[in-house]
Amino acid sequence: MNNKELALLSNTARQEIIKMLVRSKSGHTAGSLGMADIFITLYYDHAKTDAKNPGWEGRDYVYLSNGHICPVWYTTLAMRGFFSIDELSRLRQINSLLQGHPHNETIPGIENSGGPLGQGISQAAGCALALQRDKKPNRVYCMLGDGELDEGQVWEAFMFAGKYKLDNLTAIVDRNNIQIDGYTTDVMDLEPLADKFRAFNWNVIALSGHDHGAIKKALAKAASTRGKPTVIIAKTTPGKGVKAFEDKYEWHGKTPSEEEGKRALEELQAERANIEKRWF
Amino acid sequence: MPENKRQQPTDANIPADTKNTVKNGVKEIAANNAKRDNGTEKPKEIVKAIRDGFGEGIMLAAKDDPNVVALCADLTDSDRLEEFKKTYPDRFVEVGIAEQNLIGVSCGMAHTGKVAFNASFAVFNPGRSWDQVRVSMCYSNANVKIYGGHAGITVGQDGATHQALEDVAILRCLPRITIIVPADAIEMRKATLAAAKTPGPFYLRGGREKFPQVTTEETPFEIGKAVKLRDGDDVTIIACGIMVREAMLAAEELAKAKITARVLDMHTIKPIDERAIIDAAHDTGAIVTAEEHQITGGLGGAVAEVLCGHIIAPLERVGVKDTFCESGNAPDLMDKYGLRAKDIVAAAKRAIDRKKGAGKRDTLKVSGSVIKRITKTKKR
Repeated sequence: MNNKELALLSNTARQEIIKMLVRSKSGHTAGSLGMADIFITLYYDHAKTDAKNPGWEGRDYVYLSNGHICPVWYTTLAMRGFFSIDELSRLRQINSLLQGHPHNETIPGIENSGGPLGQGISQAAGCALALQRDKKPNRVYCMLGDGELDEGQVWEAFMFAGKYKLDNLTAIVDRNNIQIDGYTTDVMDLEPLADKFRAFNWNVIALSGHDHGAIKKALAKAASTRGKPTVIIAKTTPGKGVKAFEDKYEWHGKTPSEEEGKRALEELQAERANIEKRWF
Repeated sequence: MPENKRQQPTDANIPADTKNTVKNGVKEIAANNAKRDNGTEKPKEIVKAIRDGFGEGIMLAAKDDPNVVALCADLTDSDRLEEFKKTYPDRFVEVGIAEQNLIGVSCGMAHTGKVAFNASFAVFNPGRSWDQVRVSMCYSNANVKIYGGHAGITVGQDGATHQALEDVAILRCLPRITIIVPADAIEMRKATLAAAKTPGPFYLRGGREKFPQVTTEETPFEIGKAVKLRDGDDVTIIACGIMVREAMLAAEELAKAKITARVLDMHTIKPIDERAIIDAAHDTGAIVTAEEHQITGGLGGAVAEVLCGHIIAPLERVGVKDTFCESGNAPDLMDKYGLRAKDIVAAAKRAIDRKKGAGKRDTLKVSGSVIKRITKTKKR
């Protein structure tokens, strides 16, 4: 899929995320908007999935370790046809399909239940190891937040994936530099992050998480790398696409009001017109 | 501490006249055929640790089902996975000293269709991995089976840090998990096989010390169904783990005082056999629970919950009473912390006294007197 198409789909996803969060009045805005380009590229251009048969044996397994950004996962899955797009309007409501944090048993296409940080990457590593032992070609993807890297469990999992040379595993770190209490630099400095991964025997690719071309290239490079798991450290802008939300850690866990939502949608629609005109 | 560097513990309750024999790769200690007083031959007593039952069970399960895998957190031999590791190297995973990752990796393997058994010591797993057990395993309904080894005070010399006495309590509140505390190695082997064949999260609790077996190959085993090892009218002793044997010894002791006791081997703590508890309360009117665990939240707690929901009968709980224990050998610790047949006998007598004090089934009167006593104490 070409980069223009991916940019337009990412813009659609952002609009759906704003709409669902305005309606639910509860959820996580910044990370969801920030990761839209990566989710769209992964699901539309790279990962093997089957919306009609989510449990298909030949599928690639997608895990979300920082479960709170599930609005972007739900939106992407709905756009790909895993469930009706109408479900998005009932996020976090009683008797609805879409839980505040992902639940693997009930939501089609969701590989892992998650929310308590650090748990997804261990499951992704276990899944990758089982596939490696069975000599199966399926790949495993796992999204993590950068704040999540404060958790000890992720480093247990990184060490494990390095030891077992899980080259069928690609981790993608949303390096947006925010967490609830402030900037990651202030709360718990992660740098030098790439060096930490290299020291754990990982292949490291750093890129802009909004550059569809770079994301495509990195996913392909990770898939062809042998003997090491790959981490893509994706520098992203939290709240990407809506100037009022961008780079503000206050938007980690709050939702737009009706008025803020309306202005955000106008801004995203204007951006859509720009994408249509832009040369890719 | 590496297992092999640890001082060899004194085996609890092994008769002095036993000798080591190695059979089927599993160390067994067969008691000498000691002559009984009347000259008849005493049947051979097999002395074995519950963990050996896990090792045997997982080997049988692995033979049955190629999807059975085993994961360990640096305690392979202690948790009796050495033979599995040698026989099925491609199905064994060493995770290192990382119990949270141990649970997560097990769940991920289960997502691809594996039946993932993982093993550590109960103090670490579920002790250090509870959140992972809750979300990755139970909420996600992963087909993962935890073996919590070296549980209880009988792990002995390592001291309070290593004596898991809370593991059942912290797991029992989690939806979906099946909790099994087998009485002996034979029952653990059966439980391991049953866990492998039953989808969903499991916890199997094992211990290190060798004890004489209380069940036999013929003893029935069904998940969620208590085994009536002995019948009686005056009191029911509901026990799990190594306390089943103490319960049987207690019943013999009580018989000498013309008190007949029913003994239930309540191997499954969750889902608990409510029918067996209600029947016991109805038939014998007095209940004693016995467990190598804190008396809150484990078997005693589970039985109390059933009783208060259905039928009132005096309940006395034998177990560790809201304290951390200490280093020592297993028999000494069992003596000091009240986990012996004599403690069960005393508890049974108390329960029977309370039943008599209440008059026949006059449960309201009991409640009234208890309330009065509590009120008095408070005023003071």
